[in-house]
Amino acid sequence: MNIVKYKNWFFALSLALIIPGVIALTTFGLKLGIDFSGGALWEIKFDSEVNLVDKNKLQEFLNENGADVSSISPTAQNSYLVRMKASDEDKLTSIRQKVAESFGQTEDLRLETVGGVVSKELAQKAIIAVILAIVAIVLYVTWAFRTVPKPTSPLAFGFCTIFALSHDVLVVLGIFAILGHYFNVEVDSLFITALLTVIGFSVHDTIVVFDRIRENLKKHKEQNFESVVNNSLLETMARSLNTSLTAVFVLVALLLFGGASIKVFILALLIGIISGTYSSIFNAAPLLVVWHNINAKK
Amino acid sequence: MPKNPRVVLLLIIILTLAAVYINIPKVKIFGIEVAHPRLNLQNFQRDLEPKLGLDLAGGVQLDMSADMANIEEKDHQSAIESAKNIIESRINSLGVAESNVQVAKSAGIYRLIIEIPGIADVDSAVSIVKKTAHLEFRTLKADAPPEATLSALPENFQSSTLTGKDLKLAQAAPNQSTQSIKDPGYVVNLEFSQEGAQKLEQITTDNLQLPMAMFLDLEPISWPPPIIQSIISDGHAQITGSFTADEARDLAIQLNAGALPVPLTIERQTRIGPTIGQEAIDKSIVATTIGIISVAIFMIAYYRILGVFAIAALLIYSLIVFAVFKIIPVTLTLAGIAGFILSIGMAVDANVLIFERIKEELRTKSPRHDAFFTGFDRAWTSIRDSNVSSLITTAILFNFGTGSVRGFALTLAIGILISMFSAITVTRNLLRVFWVGKI
Repeated sequence: MNIVKYKNWFFALSLALIIPGVIALTTFGLKLGIDFSGGALWEIKFDSEVNLVDKNKLQEFLNENGADVSSISPTAQNSYLVRMKASDEDKLTSIRQKVAESFGQTEDLRLETVGGVVSKELAQKAIIAVILAIVAIVLYVTWAFRTVPKPTSPLAFGFCTIFALSHDVLVVLGIFAILGHYFNVEVDSLFITALLTVIGFSVHDTIVVFDRIRENLKKHKEQNFESVVNNSLLETMARSLNTSLTAVFVLVALLLFGGASIKVFILALLIGIISGTYSSIFNAAPLLVVWHNINAKK
Repeated sequence: MPKNPRVVLLLIIILTLAAVYINIPKVKIFGIEVAHPRLNLQNFQRDLEPKLGLDLAGGVQLDMSADMANIEEKDHQSAIESAKNIIESRINSLGVAESNVQVAKSAGIYRLIIEIPGIADVDSAVSIVKKTAHLEFRTLKADAPPEATLSALPENFQSSTLTGKDLKLAQAAPNQSTQSIKDPGYVVNLEFSQEGAQKLEQITTDNLQLPMAMFLDLEPISWPPPIIQSIISDGHAQITGSFTADEARDLAIQLNAGALPVPLTIERQTRIGPTIGQEAIDKSIVATTIGIISVAIFMIAYYRILGVFAIAALLIYSLIVFAVFKIIPVTLTLAGIAGFILSIGMAVDANVLIFERIKEELRTKSPRHDAFFTGFDRAWTSIRDSNVSSLITTAILFNFGTGSVRGFALTLAIGILISMFSAITVTRNLLRVFWVGKI
């Protein structure tokens, strides 16, 4: 099997995945959760014996009392998850009292509020964290591969890693822009965590492949660069797929059976890890060849 | 490390048994509670109960910003410490087992981060926390029985005109009037505002040689109350008594809570009802079990006998990680559990890398013994380099995140570190003793 030979097809497949995502990202943008936009998230359960509450009625009632509801969705029997822009404590307390008075006994399953100052701070921190992670990883990879034999430069390893991880970040962001627009899926602090973890995993995968390339470059000096890369890819393929499969097993188990509040987080991880496996095999290493060929022509 | 693999194996078994012992949950057999292991070392005491975070135990977390507009810059630190102390004592009065109040400062804003897991009545907890501290100086009631002078009860006192608003600052200081240099004892110096000084002069004149009590949030502090020794007109009072340094400091903090009242605003809150937490625990256990079993089936189906060793190593790995969580202790949240489960993936990865390498070496017809050693050596650089990159991201996550993000980063990082250890000791020695055979 010759992966490197068909590299342009693999690049094209990546672009086919990324381009719609980027379009969605620029036109719809991400749907920000309360962590980044401020507001409140309130999951409320009504006593079924007292009152079966109608969704529209509840929304109307909340808005009349100044809640500024942005979405409302049923979670279980007679339970609703309400997202609203109001986050002021006193206002929420009065809204909650009024709801209890009008709709009968209620149970607060969950109530989260984030004020404007904190949400801005969290958004800033998230951006800094992602940038810092990417810079730290390039530096690390460049350093870890400093002994790579000439004419390949350690910087090539660093930059190809960045391409691969940017691929994964864009795939996840694009899919979530689409999910956000059509299914109201919101991104929160945990989503950023997933993104950073995906970056870590993607680099993890890429390093395993690169490590083998480095070793084979030293061992098989007689082979040309392209076939060294291709052989290394084939040799590490079983490992790459097996590792991803085990991660996918546990993540699917968590997605299907795990707690509801981390479903979005797990989904982001799952998409990212699958994308990470693809990008480290079909993008990162072939890109190394592209880099090498450009340098050779000079 | 000892060279003999059998000795190492024995050490691993001992370590595993220790982990099992630590992991034993509290169990009831026929209604009798079986004693739970505890760690009781001198400076290191752990009850070894798993600590559950908000999303598992239910409860509330509040991030409150402190409004320091009316407080001088130099007093900011002591004001926030006082606010923290008073909130801690209020929460303790609710009878909650484990609460946590932290001071955080970012971009010049002081914040208190308050966590109260497992509390049922969240609304009243929030309202108790939100109150601004109220400090009162009280004097004896006119109709108090005469013996109340010496052995006064809190109910013998009535509010005076003097309150926390009149107090500028309370500070603990060594007592300079005593002769003993070795053990000077400590006092608390009080500085009142101009208005406060006038009120104080009036009160000390009317109540000379009588006790003056201090009440914070309607609770008396520093009981029995100090006796007014002289008329104070310059607004500088001193509470003497045989205070130790700590006692004096605590009293000053309590007084400052009233003197430097810091209005707190809720900036962020998370309240989780108790039912949702239990549901999350049940779901997590099911998900983790299914995840581990499917990984085990896959590993054994693909790697056969090597897979069996990997699963054994994985079980030992899980036991050790969980024991470490209990010892540190790590507060478990849903995201934290996800971090742990992902680290299982990392641990499997290390094993996969090693096995693939050994298989490759076997294919080149090297004997099992050589394949084992070269396979291990070659796989190790991959394991090391790739895990370091994951550790870099967890470190960044830990520094930038709050709450559940930190929990995830911490469990994942611990998991990765232990998985590297597990790969080079547990898997290696299991294979060496049982698979490579006699060397």
